[in-house]
Amino acid sequence: MAGAHTDNALQRWFNRRGWINLTIAMPYVWLVLFFLLPFVIVIAMSFATRTPTAPPFSFGGEHPVLNTAHYARLVQDDLYIRAYLTSIVNAGFATLLCLLIGYPMALGLTRVTPAWRNVLLMLVILPFWTSFLLRVYAWMGLMGSNSWFNKLLTAGWNWLVPTDWALRSIPMMNTNFAVVLVMVYSYLPFMILPLYANLEKLDRTLDEASMDLGSRPFRVFLDITLPLSVPGIVAGGLLVFIPASGELIIPSLVGSSAQPMIGRVISDEFASARDWPMASAVSVALLLLLVVPMMLYTHYEGKAHEKRKEEA
Amino acid sequence: MRRRSAFLVTMLCFGFAFFYIPILSMMVYSFNASRLATVWGGFSTKWYVSLLTNRQILNAALLSLKIALLSATAATILGTMAGIALARFKRFRGRTLFAGLVTAPLVMPEVITGIASLMLFILMAEWIGWPASRGFTTVTLAHITFSMVFVTTIVHSRLSETDAAVEEAAMDLGSRPWQVMRDITLPIISPAILSGWLLAFTISLDDVVITNFTTGPGTTTLPILIWSKVKLGVTPDINALATITVCIVGTGVAIAGFILNRAEKRRDRDARMAYQANK
Repeated sequence: MAGAHTDNALQRWFNRRGWINLTIAMPYVWLVLFFLLPFVIVIAMSFATRTPTAPPFSFGGEHPVLNTAHYARLVQDDLYIRAYLTSIVNAGFATLLCLLIGYPMALGLTRVTPAWRNVLLMLVILPFWTSFLLRVYAWMGLMGSNSWFNKLLTAGWNWLVPTDWALRSIPMMNTNFAVVLVMVYSYLPFMILPLYANLEKLDRTLDEASMDLGSRPFRVFLDITLPLSVPGIVAGGLLVFIPASGELIIPSLVGSSAQPMIGRVISDEFASARDWPMASAVSVALLLLLVVPMMLYTHYEGKAHEKRKEEA
Repeated sequence: MRRRSAFLVTMLCFGFAFFYIPILSMMVYSFNASRLATVWGGFSTKWYVSLLTNRQILNAALLSLKIALLSATAATILGTMAGIALARFKRFRGRTLFAGLVTAPLVMPEVITGIASLMLFILMAEWIGWPASRGFTTVTLAHITFSMVFVTTIVHSRLSETDAAVEEAAMDLGSRPWQVMRDITLPIISPAILSGWLLAFTISLDDVVITNFTTGPGTTTLPILIWSKVKLGVTPDINALATITVCIVGTGVAIAGFILNRAEKRRDRDARMAYQANK
């Protein structure tokens, strides 16, 4: 290695500031170029005018420089409003069901022996490492009208209801029910894992104390466990709701084309209709309505949480 | 207490049945002789034979592996740098924007990232002529971008848990910043870097939506191939492919879990022995 007296200016710069600057600058430049710039393009594109040229848009010329027609169409054409509502309702139901199934599972995981816990946690994570597409596909096989699963459900239904309500098969494919079911299946680990991390840290002596004071188990759960696990519920809920609301694969494969979700509308506007400005406007609206509020919420909640921790 | 435990155990059983019945059903039907994928027509392994002799699928799998290896490695380098920058360099110009840029891709709907990247690549081809066409290069660039932030999250949280005092001590003793990085910081975060790489690799290998937008003719990754087949309905050879995937992943995760478990036990034992020796 070169001694101190042979250090040239470049080496001195590298040793003092350069190393740090490079560590910051390389990922920074990359993200600005390949993540921020595309979004600036999306925002700009939402004000462009669609043309039959390639690429299919133009600014200025015979068109207005800032064309707000696409945003007007968002409000006027009820296709878009319905798609937003469908997305929010589907994602909301999926989140709620994930919570109802995932909460007892996460709580159960904290109550089993450590050896079992390791195995079960691995079983929760395992589907996550297999292909997302193949997990959706597995349900396509189950929900089809000839599958054993559908026949089983149909038999159960026909046994339960009077004969004039009887069905030959239950129509599950290409409905919002299918979308919600597959979303719950795909995103359940995202609910279980943060909830488990939160519940595992809770102080069990609080439960015991309130039991000793005469509370029934269910009241202990309502008064102590549930309020203390709210951060886990919020974290898990966001991890399910955000990707579910913008989901494209699940509604495309098992969803109803009459009631599309917003992800599919964006994809269709862009790829099939080649309407880049409209697809961009829908994207910007989706970001403003869903993603930005949630990012702000997480940001301020995180700050408030740190402040509470400092005060305590 | 006992009644609630019974409820929790029931929910666990129900939950795991929910997780695994669809996968098991798919595996059973991969041995179905019938072309109708949902009607049982006797036992057969013909779909495995047709799968392993299908050049299209093998080529797509190979392409996916190449893209995943390349993009995971680049994403790990860039993501680790970003994680170190966020955890250790507390004040630099534009830090708030930087922190936003590494969290935003995590919550961004994939459709939007997909169309945004595609528009960027088309406009880049128009303005600067590179990348000239969409395919291997554009898919790899897009994969690096959205998987690097996962590496950053892992490295950042690992570094926040460790004390910066050791690094500061080395600096005080005259180490150059890059020596501190090489000799102290990188060894500390090497497990985080490894799990980051694995995560980036899996994300790239699994991605459909962003690849679907950024790819071009001739560049068909395995998920894109499956996607185009599955859109037309259930086909038996995909069942076979899924079974193979689940077996490979299951074995991998089981081995990793076993090794981690043993390492943890050994560490516990060492700690106990050290404690007793010091008493």
